[in-house]
Amino acid sequence: MSIDARNVSKRFGSFQALHDVSLHVDGGSLTALLGPSGSGKSTLLRIVAGLERPDAGEVRLGGEDATALAPQHRGVGFVFQHYAAFKHMTVRDNVAFGLEVRKRPKAEIRARVDELLALVQLTGFGDRYPAQLSGGQRQRMALARALAPEPRVLLLDEPFGALDARVRAELRTWLRRLHEEAHTTTVLVTHDQAEAMEVADRVVVMNEGRVEQAAPPRELYDAPASEFVLRFLGEAVWFDGRLVRPHDLEIVLDADATTREAQVDRIVHLGFEARCELTLDDGSPLMVQLTRLQAAELELEPGQIVLVRGPGVGVCGELPHVVG
Amino acid sequence: MTTFLSVVVLLPIAALVWSSGSHGRHAFWSAVTAPEAVAALKLTLGASLLVAAVNAVVGTITAWVLVRDDFTGRSLMNAVIDLPFALPTIVGGLTLLTLYGPRSPLGLDLAYTRTAVVLALLFETLPFVVRTVQPVLHELDREAEEAARSLGAHEGRVFRSIVLPNILPGILSGVALAFARAVGEIGAIVLVSGNLPFRTEVAAVFVFNHIQSGDENGAAAVAVVLLALAFGVLLAVGGLRHLATRHERGT
Amino acid sequence: MARRAGLRSVAVVYLLAVLLGPLAMVFYRAFGQGVRPLWVALTDANTVHAFRLTLEITAIAVPVNTVFGVVCALAIVRRRFPGAGIVNALVDLPLALSPVVVGLMLFLLYGRTGWFGPSLAGHGVQVLFATPSLVLATIFVSLPFVAREVVPTLRELGDEQEQAAYTLGASGRQAFWRITLPSIRWAVVYGVVLTTARSLGEYGAVAVVSGHIEGKTETATLRVQDYYENFNTAGAYGIAIVLAAISVLVLLALTLLRPKEGA
Repeated sequence: MSIDARNVSKRFGSFQALHDVSLHVDGGSLTALLGPSGSGKSTLLRIVAGLERPDAGEVRLGGEDATALAPQHRGVGFVFQHYAAFKHMTVRDNVAFGLEVRKRPKAEIRARVDELLALVQLTGFGDRYPAQLSGGQRQRMALARALAPEPRVLLLDEPFGALDARVRAELRTWLRRLHEEAHTTTVLVTHDQAEAMEVADRVVVMNEGRVEQAAPPRELYDAPASEFVLRFLGEAVWFDGRLVRPHDLEIVLDADATTREAQVDRIVHLGFEARCELTLDDGSPLMVQLTRLQAAELELEPGQIVLVRGPGVGVCGELPHVVG
Repeated sequence: MTTFLSVVVLLPIAALVWSSGSHGRHAFWSAVTAPEAVAALKLTLGASLLVAAVNAVVGTITAWVLVRDDFTGRSLMNAVIDLPFALPTIVGGLTLLTLYGPRSPLGLDLAYTRTAVVLALLFETLPFVVRTVQPVLHELDREAEEAARSLGAHEGRVFRSIVLPNILPGILSGVALAFARAVGEIGAIVLVSGNLPFRTEVAAVFVFNHIQSGDENGAAAVAVVLLALAFGVLLAVGGLRHLATRHERGT
Repeated sequence: MARRAGLRSVAVVYLLAVLLGPLAMVFYRAFGQGVRPLWVALTDANTVHAFRLTLEITAIAVPVNTVFGVVCALAIVRRRFPGAGIVNALVDLPLALSPVVVGLMLFLLYGRTGWFGPSLAGHGVQVLFATPSLVLATIFVSLPFVAREVVPTLRELGDEQEQAAYTLGASGRQAFWRITLPSIRWAVVYGVVLTTARSLGEYGAVAVVSGHIEGKTETATLRVQDYYENFNTAGAYGIAIVLAAISVLVLLALTLLRPKEGA
């Protein structure tokens, strides 16, 4: 089921969270809303869920106007950053809640809960209480709970934000796999660009209540529509009056018309890659990202003078309006 | 809910305020400044302030012991603190009489004295400071104290500069509540003090006696003073709470 | 550490002198004359009635204040309405106000020359010097406890669980009964215990409005005073012991219910 937000605005007190935002999400896709804190992404998600009312604009679910619908009637599943677990109920009762509220027969509920617990790999944890689960388990429970009533849309508000890096990475992969199987329209809010790029079919980059760009991950990286998107999705350094990606710079041995001289200040080996901090001939700082192999071959030393070549025209995301 | 609150609380307050003013300011003023009323109010305020001060110190010490110390009987002590909340005030007064009144095994007879009034108030107000300071002490960031020690501060200094400023709002709100309770207390006092006008008659007993004797004006006048004190204390406590959380409110 | 022992002793000695010593003395003195005089006093018809009356009043005041407390707490925490501060202050007032003043207020409302007294009397309804005034007085003085316990718990819980419930299809009602109420249940129970203790022990307000009519409007606490002032110490101690025993049970309940503060 597709989602459409049209000209949505929302303010909290004197803070304008969303300025006339429009968005389209294809049915069956996994879309990420990506942006820093205060960008309005959570607000937008909550408006789609019906947990907030927009000051202006409309929300359409599957083509039908849902702006005035209460969250109960939208058929959306929502997963909160801090789980919002029903602490006084067992895992099983938590997952069953959406079905019990719809007065389904007990046998059906039981079967569905078992099915979902197996899906989220919490079989056997049914009789435990949320407090007895780890963060990752709690979030999996929350997901099972949201999926139980077979929502048409699944909304996740920074679902992995409260978990540690390892668990985050596991759940990320797992969410993608889940989506491949079920194909429920899913929208994920995150401030982590790696997460958005890894998981989503399409990423909507937001900043200060506005949409900066909405595109598949690759396009965002290769053809950013603004400096904000360029900087947010990866590192960028100034070279020859342009913003370029550190890994698009090369350290070479032969000078030519495009190379510049620079002195190596420091080399940092990060295992899978190496970063070289340099000072250009005009005194400005520069950072070049090298693979392990490249770094090994070059055998760079601090103090060494090297030549740096930037990417040619059209190799990286060049922004015609970003000059010097 | 608001109707319930209005009927149960607002209406009675309105009746009191109206009644005390119904005979004009003069009548009110002369009732409040009548010698017996003044004596009762002076005794009440004096005793309550004294009791509040004692509680500030002993209550804080007790809270400290309960939070920071560990010994057998600590949980028993913790439980016992609430006794004045659980025990009817009249029974409280009776228990004090048993130990400190006539036929006391200690040879003391404090009945019908001002000391008895203070003692009764100490009994009834015991839990207040302890219970307001305990949670605050519990939440304190111990690392700040450790940092102070590592910088060379001795224990007294650590308490004075690090702990006290943080628990002060807790102490003060406990003191305010204890004060309010003491000012209004009657049950624990009525048996032990003898209610002698000008000697051991507190404001609450004054009001009671004057209702019994039909002097509703006199009673209402002093009652209004007590009501104003009660509101004053609530305002103070609210203000203290606001003050206490100002560090957490940031922008 | 010497300081520790010192502080500990101060606290212990103070508690013994002010609280435990007197309490122990009461039990000692009460049974000092043997159980018989106590039994006689406790089985006296008017005493039995006094206990019954106290229980009846409590049985009305507690549920009323529990419902009020929960509704009020929800309004204060979840609904930003103008006047929330005033409501808060009014609900806290009974904690700071002398019960005698409460009694006087009721007197002024329902007495012979009061606001409603004459008209109610005209309809045959007697409030003062009868059970209704005792109930009203007790409701007033025990008003705050449930609300005050529930408000911080509600604040801490936040409303995310309810939001989750809404997205899962629960109506406002269902969310309240299945999510909100169970989440606050221990706070409510704690508040109910405090409300009950306060209702059972009420003295000042009922002393003003009851008329002390033996066998009719005399509560247990009023009877203690009556017995004592008539030099029937066995009677006074008898009732006191029963009330003290109930208080100890209340203390036990409070201790068990108090959220465990971790070491």
